[in-house]
Amino acid sequence: MAGRGRGRGRGQMTFNVEAVGIGKGDALPPPTLQPSPLFPALERRAAPLPGGEEGEYMLALKQELRRAMRGLPYFVKPGAPRRDIERYSDKYQLSSPVDSAIDWNPDWRRLPRELKIRVRRLRKGRTPPLIPKQHVALDKEETIKKLESLEKKEEEVTSEEEEEKEEEEEGKEEEEEEYDEEEHEEETDYVLSYFDNGESFGPDSDDNGDEAVY
Amino acid sequence: MTQAELRLCSLLLQEHFGEIVEKVGNSLLRTGPRPLRLLVGDTGLLPDQVKKALCVLIQHNLVRYEVQPRGSVEYEARSERILRILRYPRYIYTAKTLYGDPGELLVEELLLHGHLSMSCAVARVADRLTETMEDGKTMDYSEVSSTFVRLADTHFIQRCPMVPESPWNAKAPPPPAPALAIAEKDMYIVPRLSLVGKGKRRHSCDEEEEGEHKAKKQKQEGGTSETPPDDGIYWQVNLERFHQHFRDQALVSAVASRMDQTSSEVVRTMLRMSEVTTASGASHTQPLSSNEIFRSLPAGYNIGKQVLDQYLALLADDPLEFVGKSGDSGGGTYTVSILWASRVPPSPFQHPSLMPLLLHRFGSRCARIFRLLLRKKHLEQKQVEDFAMIPAKEAKDMLYRMLSENLVSLQEIPKTPDHAPSRTFYLYTVNVMAAARMLLHRCYKSVANLMERRQHETRENKRLLEKSQRVEAILASMQATGAEAAQLHEVEEMITGPERQQLETLKRNVNKIDASENRVDETIFVLESFIESTMKRP
Repeated sequence: MAGRGRGRGRGQMTFNVEAVGIGKGDALPPPTLQPSPLFPALERRAAPLPGGEEGEYMLALKQELRRAMRGLPYFVKPGAPRRDIERYSDKYQLSSPVDSAIDWNPDWRRLPRELKIRVRRLRKGRTPPLIPKQHVALDKEETIKKLESLEKKEEEVTSEEEEEKEEEEEGKEEEEEEYDEEEHEEETDYVLSYFDNGESFGPDSDDNGDEAVY
Repeated sequence: MTQAELRLCSLLLQEHFGEIVEKVGNSLLRTGPRPLRLLVGDTGLLPDQVKKALCVLIQHNLVRYEVQPRGSVEYEARSERILRILRYPRYIYTAKTLYGDPGELLVEELLLHGHLSMSCAVARVADRLTETMEDGKTMDYSEVSSTFVRLADTHFIQRCPMVPESPWNAKAPPPPAPALAIAEKDMYIVPRLSLVGKGKRRHSCDEEEEGEHKAKKQKQEGGTSETPPDDGIYWQVNLERFHQHFRDQALVSAVASRMDQTSSEVVRTMLRMSEVTTASGASHTQPLSSNEIFRSLPAGYNIGKQVLDQYLALLADDPLEFVGKSGDSGGGTYTVSILWASRVPPSPFQHPSLMPLLLHRFGSRCARIFRLLLRKKHLEQKQVEDFAMIPAKEAKDMLYRMLSENLVSLQEIPKTPDHAPSRTFYLYTVNVMAAARMLLHRCYKSVANLMERRQHETRENKRLLEKSQRVEAILASMQATGAEAAQLHEVEEMITGPERQQLETLKRNVNKIDASENRVDETIFVLESFIESTMKRP
């Protein structure tokens, strides 16, 4: 019952095959074994593009616009990739724009507050990071030592800023800092975190406050 | 939002604003309005990068934001505005033809920066014009600002919505985002500024400094850090007005091709008179009396009053209904019908850029059949063959091809309730809206393909392009230091013959692709405005 009639003659179909145009005994075209060609042959060529002054001018304008837009600050370039080794020349190269900074000054009054990016300025009040090369010498007089450590802290802060520019992850930086502080503490007799030059008071906000913490 | 539109939008964003903005824009377009946190999660970028991208997008009016009742701010991408980026060269060229170089540069600056204040725009344009002038001459601000005022008066640029001036309320926290609004009547009012100054020429020694102390210079550039007098008033380009202008141009050329030059001048005058008084969605201009028209005709056309009346009568009687008579006061009042849809037969396919589309894809005979169907609405197979004077076999073949592309459709009219095929009429017809939408979709796809191909070509030859740029830089520096011809020749030789060939081919291809993109954009404009006007019709 089911399956009877299968295989006899050409495949039977549910609709009237003759109506479509395939007559009795007609040879069907051979089955296609490949996907259709990627670029089917063009039967007619396209019309030539309108030339003339207007067309040329608009063409030049278009290319000019493209080139100009790449140079504007609105073209957001991804941050510079992290270097594997810190090189001396990094200090003197023009660093790419800080990821968290905006190169142009939008009118912040017109934008939602949450979009405001605060550029990290010189953080004088932050606990000093470690630059492993700069060791505070241990055999100096007390006051000179203190002065020196202050000076070094200033330098460290500026080079910290540059380091920040290269590092893209805040979390990692903080981790490093904590570790650095401990290591640093071990080397000196003075616990540097006791020193507070009063500049942590001020626009030293943490951007993470606005976003939810998961 | 179709896939083709999405793809085109993301290509445009990537080309003009970079990868990060593209990712953010993409996410917004695909998943709809969302707040910042979700956006950060979706794109996988850093929060600061996302914020930066959003600032850029809002600056250029490509994304808008809304404060939700629960206090969060949602961002929504405006896809139709992103697609306009394709049309920027056309806007700038139009401004040039209407207002000369200052107008062109003003519109260009406004488009490049999204929105600018008047003082800023005028200063920038004056500087740019000064660069191109001869040594010793500078461009005065007054000329540029008078062009600015003219642009504002004819509504080509408009004011951005303003921050509301609410009294400083220390108790209630300020809203997370300002609600910007502007009244219609304020949109074109130019603030009273006395901009005095001349363009500054950038000296070559300044260029070295600029690299190092960039931030410092930016601060100093704004004069002292006082606020400019028009602080908070920003201007943007009014794209709708430019579209209206393109539409008027198309109308005038249609009249010119159907009748003669003088009648097209008459229509152009009528349109110019009602430029600013016509609302953007109106189907007719305001009625104009023939006396007014006679007075406003351009000086070169001194035709008599009777001749003008005759032309107007002729235009009003024309079956295509370009001009309609609306009354008899003042020697007869006339309006121009500007809506695409109110014209018989449907107009977009009459437009010169659309008919060739069909022609070249299917052949001139197919185009003949198509026009026939547009005119006669419904035709049977036999009637098509008779009217078009095409042999049956060919006509059948062409009709089926167009049917498979969905340009024409079949309408069944059964004679008997059981819809037997041998007893039903099958009528071919063109569903204009569907065909227009289908063509529009195709256009978006083709522009996206063109852009990808162009990017591919540029990427393939990147090495060569960089080399040629370096050689040019070397040549320029050598010429500046006064090298001999022999040395210059040596440097030029660094690019070999076949490489030069390759560069030539690349340049030619890129130009061709760019010109094609511009051309397809014209078609997109016609189709989009047709669809929009048909949807708006009550």
